[in-house]
Amino acid sequence: MKKKASGSLALVQRLALAPYSVWAVIFIVVPLIFVAYYAFTDLDFRFTTDNITRFFTATSVVADETGAEREVHTYVLIFLRSLKLAAISTVICLIFGYPFAYLISKASPRTQSVLITLIMIPMWMNFLIRTYAWMTILQDTGLFNGLLGLLGLGRVHIIGTESAVVIGMVYDYFPYMILPIYSVMAKMDVKLLEAARDLGCNSAGVLRRVIWPLSLPGVISGVTMVLIPSISTFYISQKLGNGKFYLIGDAIEGQYVANNLHFAAAIAFILMVILLFGMAFMQRFANKRAAV
Amino acid sequence: MKTASKIYTGLVMLFLFAPIAILLVFSFNASKSLSVFSGFSLHWYSELLRDSETLGAVRNTLILAVSAALISTVMGTAAAVGIHKLKNRYLRAAMDSVTNIPMINPDIITGISLMLMFVFVGRLFGAATSLNFVTMLIAHITFCLPYVILQVLPKLQQMDKSLPEAAMDLGCTPTRAFLKVVVPEIMPGIVTGLIMAFTLSLDDFVISYFTAGNGFQTLPIRIYNMTKKTVTPKMYALATIIFFVILFLLLLSNLTDADTVQAVRTAREKKKAKKNA
Repeated sequence: MKKKASGSLALVQRLALAPYSVWAVIFIVVPLIFVAYYAFTDLDFRFTTDNITRFFTATSVVADETGAEREVHTYVLIFLRSLKLAAISTVICLIFGYPFAYLISKASPRTQSVLITLIMIPMWMNFLIRTYAWMTILQDTGLFNGLLGLLGLGRVHIIGTESAVVIGMVYDYFPYMILPIYSVMAKMDVKLLEAARDLGCNSAGVLRRVIWPLSLPGVISGVTMVLIPSISTFYISQKLGNGKFYLIGDAIEGQYVANNLHFAAAIAFILMVILLFGMAFMQRFANKRAAV
Repeated sequence: MKTASKIYTGLVMLFLFAPIAILLVFSFNASKSLSVFSGFSLHWYSELLRDSETLGAVRNTLILAVSAALISTVMGTAAAVGIHKLKNRYLRAAMDSVTNIPMINPDIITGISLMLMFVFVGRLFGAATSLNFVTMLIAHITFCLPYVILQVLPKLQQMDKSLPEAAMDLGCTPTRAFLKVVVPEIMPGIVTGLIMAFTLSLDDFVISYFTAGNGFQTLPIRIYNMTKKTVTPKMYALATIIFFVILFLLLLSNLTDADTVQAVRTAREKKKAKKNA
């Protein structure tokens, strides 16, 4: 009797997975196949590699600051620029977020929960509005320049530069760096730190030999959570870069708006493949470090 | 905390909240400017309340978020129960990887991929526009599901396996045992998952942007359209209202989470105390 009952419970529990399995295949897996399908076909859905080739070979003429014109690989340049700005933003988030996560984890439990809630509030604020607010702050006549003027420091031109885009990225994704690092640090065994000290480690040694290796999983997930959205963003660059700095997300969005779905799919496909390799590499690195 | 830590915390908070403070202040500006404050006024709030397009977008967003949150919570909870029971290692690994995809993939790729499929299938059926409320709802359910599953799964793993078995030994049917024993145990996870799904759906712009048709406008898409033209403090008034609603929801979810956890803990301790006595 008991066996039969628990047997049918197990069956019900297994059946519970059915709707999600079907859903996941149709709406998670199949759409990704469609990206590849569109990327490798032309308007009549005949096989072609033109879209992919176009990404690597399309050229355009740009003028640098001195006015000298040169020919560049349009999309390769856009991709490298996205990678550069996203990497800079991620490093800044890590440099400022890591000590902050450590600080929070050392505070009293009550302070910890207050600080975490405070960090999460801007995260839930619509990111378009946050970005727009930065645009008004960084404008030549905006509050930031007003403040500098009051302090007698003169004005700086930020809006429309790569720095403005980086500020926007750092602001929007900073909490994503702090939260995973914090959650690893909060679970860290204090006894390990004490043991390291007892065995003669100084503060720097404890940080380098105990805290940093133990917090590495949090760092890796923080880095991924900042790097991926900032590499693929398309709004921040349009607003804070004045549309002068096309990023890979802008390129995809632009092709979508122009209804060039096949080329949009090709760019998305290339981005996806590169991110996949990047992440596999990082995972490997993490596993290696964990094994040491 | 030491003084240096306090100063550092202060600076981080200043960076995080300065733009929000500016939004709040300028939503009460008497003039149209977003950088020169010329006097207190509720003008932009009354303007906002008369903006039927924005109010319509608010309604749409709520309908979408509530539907997406409820459906993804029910399906995701069921899925978590099923995944928890999976014994086959490879099947489990496959399930975990698929569930991870929408969380790891950039939003823009999730959006584009769903859009391509909708457009393709729509074209098969000869539809002129294939993007509408339903496609958007499907997209929202899809990106909410992994978050629900990830909230519920750990609660199932923490649960004492013998509890539902004990209920059945005492005469419960499997369904009853599930509803009366398992569901209350994993309730904190379900509630957190539901709130997460709701807020994610509410706030999503990128995926909505690619999967929304012309007819259905949500609040983030409305905001996007607003920022394409010159922005007035009306948008800041909207942002201020959103801010306080989110603050309220966040405090609520913190409270419910802490409360349910506390309740479960005291109940368990009582049980233990009884056992020992």
